[in-house]
Amino acid sequence: MMNTDRTTRQKVEAGLPRRRRKEFTFKVLGIFATAVGILFLGMFFASLIGEGASAFRQTYLQLDIELSEEILAPDGELDLAYADFDGLVRTALRRELPDVSGRQERRELYRIVSIGASYQVRDLVAGNPDLVGTTQTLWVPASSTVDMLIKGNIDANVDEALRPISNKQIAWVETLREAGRLDTRFNTALFTNGDSREPELAGIKGAVMGSLYMLMVTMVLSFPIGVAAAIYLEEFAPRNRWSDLIEVNINNLAAVPSIVFGLLGLAVFINWAALPRSAPLVGGLVLTLLTLPVIIIASRAAIKAVPPSIREAALGLGASQTQVVFHHVLPLAMPGMLTGAIIGMSRALGESAPLLMIGMVAFIVDVPGSFTDPATALPVQIFLWADSPERAFAERTSAAIIVLLGFLLVMNLAAVILRKRLERKW
Amino acid sequence: MSKTRRAFALTAVATLGLTMSATALAQAGRDYVYVVGSSTVYPFATVVAERFGRGSEFKTPKIEATGSGGGLKLFCDGVGVDYPDIANSSRAIKQSEVDSCAANGVTEIVEVKIGYDGIVFANAIGGETMSLSRADLFLALAKEVPGEADGQLVANPHTTWADVNPDLPAIKIEVLGPPPTSGTRDAFVELAMEGGCKATPWIAALKKADKNRYKAICHTIREDGAFVEAGENDNLIVQKLQANPNAFGIFGFSFLDQNMEKVKGSLIDGVAPTFDAIADGQYPVSRPLYFYAKKAHVDVIPGLRGYLREFTSERAWGEEGYLSDRGLIPMPDAERGEVAAAVRDLTPLAIAAE
Repeated sequence: MMNTDRTTRQKVEAGLPRRRRKEFTFKVLGIFATAVGILFLGMFFASLIGEGASAFRQTYLQLDIELSEEILAPDGELDLAYADFDGLVRTALRRELPDVSGRQERRELYRIVSIGASYQVRDLVAGNPDLVGTTQTLWVPASSTVDMLIKGNIDANVDEALRPISNKQIAWVETLREAGRLDTRFNTALFTNGDSREPELAGIKGAVMGSLYMLMVTMVLSFPIGVAAAIYLEEFAPRNRWSDLIEVNINNLAAVPSIVFGLLGLAVFINWAALPRSAPLVGGLVLTLLTLPVIIIASRAAIKAVPPSIREAALGLGASQTQVVFHHVLPLAMPGMLTGAIIGMSRALGESAPLLMIGMVAFIVDVPGSFTDPATALPVQIFLWADSPERAFAERTSAAIIVLLGFLLVMNLAAVILRKRLERKW
Repeated sequence: MSKTRRAFALTAVATLGLTMSATALAQAGRDYVYVVGSSTVYPFATVVAERFGRGSEFKTPKIEATGSGGGLKLFCDGVGVDYPDIANSSRAIKQSEVDSCAANGVTEIVEVKIGYDGIVFANAIGGETMSLSRADLFLALAKEVPGEADGQLVANPHTTWADVNPDLPAIKIEVLGPPPTSGTRDAFVELAMEGGCKATPWIAALKKADKNRYKAICHTIREDGAFVEAGENDNLIVQKLQANPNAFGIFGFSFLDQNMEKVKGSLIDGVAPTFDAIADGQYPVSRPLYFYAKKAHVDVIPGLRGYLREFTSERAWGEEGYLSDRGLIPMPDAERGEVAAAVRDLTPLAIAAE
């Protein structure tokens, strides 16, 4: 006995270093794998924030704009559509830098201020026509090249011919800066404007509203339909070949590439049902198709997790099948269903491929005000800006990505909190 | 139970109502101009649309980048608020497209030529400045090149630029360009490669004898890795060129214009891709850009006439207009005048449906 005991122990001891080594190797590999993941994530965030952080600030110029009556209302009547607001801004700029002469030089001067300045003055006058005749001191956006120069994205030391801003323009910007007439401030336009081809005026509000309308449609449709399907399949449907077939198909649908849903949406909602192109309503319908399988699968899992004892107890007290489901199973499964719905929504928020097919990849300036107005979505806006030649769009692309990630983070956080708060342990 | 159930029922009814009211709305009309088409014209059309939308009482036109062919197809699908008012195109409309338009009732189309766009062959600013002929480009990029004897083709054997032309540096041929779906690719193939292809007499003779074979020879780009399809995103190509000084990229002039300190354009047939050289037609790889408008929609869709006027105004497409700041090369004064007059009178396209 002792002899065999010893041999077993010896055997174990002999094998121990090897087993410890294996354990150590596995640990090292695991740490390495995690580290690689974290490294890539860190690189992603670092490059994104490094590139995009500057987009949240924008360069503004301070100008004393004389709303002269001769220019705005030459015949004594103010006509906003034809009044020369550009002229007002240009006059103000010339007064600030009086030694600029010659047509060519003036044209260069006018390029340091954004066309947004004229829109700003027009809106001011439109809101309060009594201001005509007074002089207003305004902070107006600088053009995107000046903005890029101030942010250091244009190197002033390279040859003049190779950069989009001339030596003279740099000198003027310097003069304005010394006079305290140049400042970088929080870029509110990024959050209050729709899309624009002028980087300094471009904003994500239109895209955010478009995404919001779409998600509303998606939520209103896919949650009730998904939950109803899950309840039926889980609680009422007979178990036979048909229900197996349906189950397999739902699981398959969850893995179908999203562009396919876009094609389906184009064929059914636009070509057949004659719904308008580019509308958040159609986008929401397509995303509903996309999120339905996710919600059904999550809801079924949540229903399955409700212990049978609860059902049996309710049935034992005389409840009908429907009563069992709606009084007991559904309330207990709700947190899981909601979590699934939020995960599905966050997937829908990040989709751009299906929207391509239904005309939502478009240049749309006006912020959508209803479900049928033309609209884009946040990921689409990112795609469009990434493809724009103007340099200042690069940082705005990253800024839009940061905002999108922010939304996704909030949604996923909500799902986690919901699960933690409402989860029940049996 | 009844509460939950009622909620379900209510949602279902609300959804149904939503869908139905939307359908009703969609049929009621459209109060904005709807533009589709070429992604090359898109950067110019969007600027015009935005200025027009902000400067008038009309809504800003909606512009979708669908590609020239896709845009003309949508455009030709019919007359009415569901169909686009304007199709942007980086090439002239084809006879087949005019026919399909006519078959769907789109008979009066106004053609508007808006200016020119150059296609550049560029590399990083630190790389070698190249002076290429179109024949060099063809020999470097074609799938098959002419062999020793007339009528003989061999798979492209050239690996360095010096193989193509002894005057060029011995750098490996690496070219990043747009995919076949892109209008830029079509234009590059037609203007640069075909131009060089024709330099071989027996291939030039084929053009009349066997047009398909001629096209196959001249328009097919090599697939052995020397030419890399870099996607439609031209910013990405510029970034890749910066990372690899030996690589060349094919993209539109506006991207060169915006990235002058990063990349430079090669000389083609001895001409550098500058604004002036493209404007006066010396630079060989440039093409006209167009858009097509439906006459039947003018004065039906609010703002369409105004948009046409804005696009063809001097402050937009003129020598010093805002479109030239974006890289559109303006047409000569006389031609602009003619096109603007045709737009004012809404003169329809001369080619009729067969």
